[in-house]
Amino acid sequence: MRAGSLRLYAAVAAGGFRRYATYRAATAAGVFTNTVFGLILVYTYLALWDEKPHLGGYDQAQAVTYVWLGQALYSTLAIQGGGAEKELMGRIRTGEIAIDLYRPADLQLWWLASDLGRAVFQMLGRGVVPFVFGALFFPMALPNDVTTWVAFVVAVLLGMVVSFGIRHLAALSMFWLMDDRGVSQTLMVTGIFCSGMTLPLNAFPGAFGDIVRVLPWAAQIQMPADVLMGEAAPLGAYAFQAAWAVALLAAGRLVQSVATRRVVVQGG
Amino acid sequence: MGERSRLAEGLRIYRLIAGMWIRSLLTYRTSFVLTAFGNLLVTGLDFVAILLMFAQVDELGGWTLPEVAFLYGLAATAFGVADLVLGSMDVLGARIRDGSFDILLVRPGPVLAQVAADHFALRRLGRIIQGVLVLGWGLLTVDVDWSVPKALLLPVTLISGAAIFSALFVAGAAFQFVAQDAAEAQNAFTYGGNTLLQFPPTVFGRDLVRGATFVLPLAFVNWLPASYVLDRPLPLGLPDQVAFAPPLVSVACCAAAGLAWRAGLRSYRSTGS
Amino acid sequence: MTEGGFIEVDRVEKVFDVRRKTGFLRRERRQVRAVDSVSFTVARGEMVGYIGPNGAGKSTTVKMLTGILVPSGGRLRVAGIDPSRERTRLAHRIGVVFGQRTTLWWDLPLIDSYRLMHRMYRIPDARYRENLDRLVELLDLGALLDVPVRQLSLGQRMRGDIAAALLHDPEVLYLDEPTIGLDVISKAKVRGFLRELNAERGTTVLLTTHDLQDIEQLCSRVMVIDHGRIMYDGPLAGLHEVGESERTLVVDLERELPPIDAAPARVVRVEGPRQWLAFPAAESAAALVARVAAEYPLVDLSVREPDIEAVIAKMYADQAERVVS
Repeated sequence: MRAGSLRLYAAVAAGGFRRYATYRAATAAGVFTNTVFGLILVYTYLALWDEKPHLGGYDQAQAVTYVWLGQALYSTLAIQGGGAEKELMGRIRTGEIAIDLYRPADLQLWWLASDLGRAVFQMLGRGVVPFVFGALFFPMALPNDVTTWVAFVVAVLLGMVVSFGIRHLAALSMFWLMDDRGVSQTLMVTGIFCSGMTLPLNAFPGAFGDIVRVLPWAAQIQMPADVLMGEAAPLGAYAFQAAWAVALLAAGRLVQSVATRRVVVQGG
Repeated sequence: MGERSRLAEGLRIYRLIAGMWIRSLLTYRTSFVLTAFGNLLVTGLDFVAILLMFAQVDELGGWTLPEVAFLYGLAATAFGVADLVLGSMDVLGARIRDGSFDILLVRPGPVLAQVAADHFALRRLGRIIQGVLVLGWGLLTVDVDWSVPKALLLPVTLISGAAIFSALFVAGAAFQFVAQDAAEAQNAFTYGGNTLLQFPPTVFGRDLVRGATFVLPLAFVNWLPASYVLDRPLPLGLPDQVAFAPPLVSVACCAAAGLAWRAGLRSYRSTGS
Repeated sequence: MTEGGFIEVDRVEKVFDVRRKTGFLRRERRQVRAVDSVSFTVARGEMVGYIGPNGAGKSTTVKMLTGILVPSGGRLRVAGIDPSRERTRLAHRIGVVFGQRTTLWWDLPLIDSYRLMHRMYRIPDARYRENLDRLVELLDLGALLDVPVRQLSLGQRMRGDIAAALLHDPEVLYLDEPTIGLDVISKAKVRGFLRELNAERGTTVLLTTHDLQDIEQLCSRVMVIDHGRIMYDGPLAGLHEVGESERTLVVDLERELPPIDAAPARVVRVEGPRQWLAFPAAESAAALVARVAAEYPLVDLSVREPDIEAVIAKMYADQAERVVS
């Protein structure tokens, strides 16, 4: 990629960041809601780990850490949807997407950049406060060394790309469907359950657990959490996340080219 | 207009508008079927999460799976009813922002009824169905020493619970008159409350239970009456009679929510924002 | 009620508290007088244009007249009703059309929205059918009744909205920008209908608009509001006198040429081969066009009517001049 186009995508990402930064009341409301949900979940996990210590290989402090991490990353990774894909769906439905095709930029990278900008804002604006709240009032298993924190941040960034890959594919279905409600809801169901928002994926029993742990959603919360708490080697986690990121982005590219060809043929 | 005829008029307007939304949604049949099914699934998943937990343990906070199912069923059904009737009120903030709220104010009929019926979504029936199924399964498997008061308490609890959650939705909508962008904050109380009540009170810290009893009286939706039915001590050492308080509490909640709504609407009509 | 005063506005005020951020956490509270002691009466059956720049207090006045907003002071009556106190009772007697916001049901056939109005306003069956037939005929809606609203053009939707606002026989109709974004034919249809409505039923009409032609063709009386005060209340002709307005002829020439010389018209702007000529609104455009066409190589041309903003701006300029001299 040339330096010029790199600057372009950086500007797009900055735009995504700023746009979400303007919704102050919404951000405050989100922080509050994530904190309340974290509080409720933390107690249920404590009761669960009380009955069965070392469930899924976590001790109590790790289970608590997992809860607050999940709340911190909930809107960052748009677990229930609501990131750039929402806007993309709207543009496809109204036909405005035809205009985007004439932009001197790659369509997929454009949306990826915009979504990453949003994700970074959500992490700083909505993620940090619930996480700090959790760390202040509950015992958490946090690393003392900078390297692990850096490794964790890399895992979160990769998680953002995977998250975009999933939602981008879902949004492209709008080229064939009339109404987004069904797709949005499917995105939400799979997002919440398969990312391990209700229960850590490593606490899922049996073959069921084996399956969810290799699906792309495992790259979103489970992997960063395990890297942070030293339960997974960073390189292995990165390999898993990157593999899904590449596969999803490639699939998105393929579907996108089929879909845009349709738009061009129909004349927009 | 008297209060009674206002109520009748409100219900009539609600039916009219809800009917229009149902017909609108039915024009997208595939999407409707998909979302109705999806709703059943998404609400079912929190119970699946509980089942997954019980796949690892026999008790949670000292409660068995059938007992938790009973608790869950009561909360989910009551919440489901409120959610079906008033669950779309969170679009009020958006309506105020884009100015379309003014259209409701130049129409006859109570504004609350018009807002309550706005974006009425039949797919939310999924939540009620799922709640009733879990409640039924809980009732069949749980070990209860049934008596007449206990049997009577059950329907009363469901109705009161739905009223308490409804009051929360209305209060949340009233809050949007003040902060239009902060619609999400009410989720902490409505959806958050529902999640809280799906687990036994013994799981939570004492202060949280106190808050959910005396500040935001969610405990009356299921924790208190269910503890009585299951012959367990009431949380916070409350006397058994308190288990029969849900109707009173729900009336008080609805009155408070009504006042909040009026105050919100009055502030809108004086500031226009 | 004083005689003839169907809408009575007496020293009505609306004051808003505006909170403005002045620093990171500092906020400044300031009172803004959106409507400042406005008084006027509108007789039954009058058609009045209510104009002014954005933020002048136009829509705040209409919101008070329709019962949406409560005035901060003064007295206000519509058909003898205090709008802020008896919003619901008033609703049965007024019709409101918001130009840019449809009240029709997006996904449903047009007729469904009318059926809702029928039941919501409890319009007697015979009355409803009679009104619907008449409105369908006058607004040319026959072929559209079974079409989902989302498939209607902007002009068709506006006609549909106007019909929806009139099914319950309101005595007064408030129109907010009824012709905004419409093509020439749709504009003509809407205006023709409003004239007929007013003549046939004696419906009182208050319309806000940016389109001077709406006023020219419909209203015998205009009120101009700015900074919350009524600046002018009288016939449109008088407004032209107050603010002598100009029309613009946009000329596309074959190539770039020096500014066209065609007094009393004067060139106000040049952009490559395109030139803008301002001329008095009262002058004939045809004469000017003929002169320019005879002397210059023309490719295309168009005449732009003066807009409300221009008239008002001119009005102020004249006023300021008078003060100075």
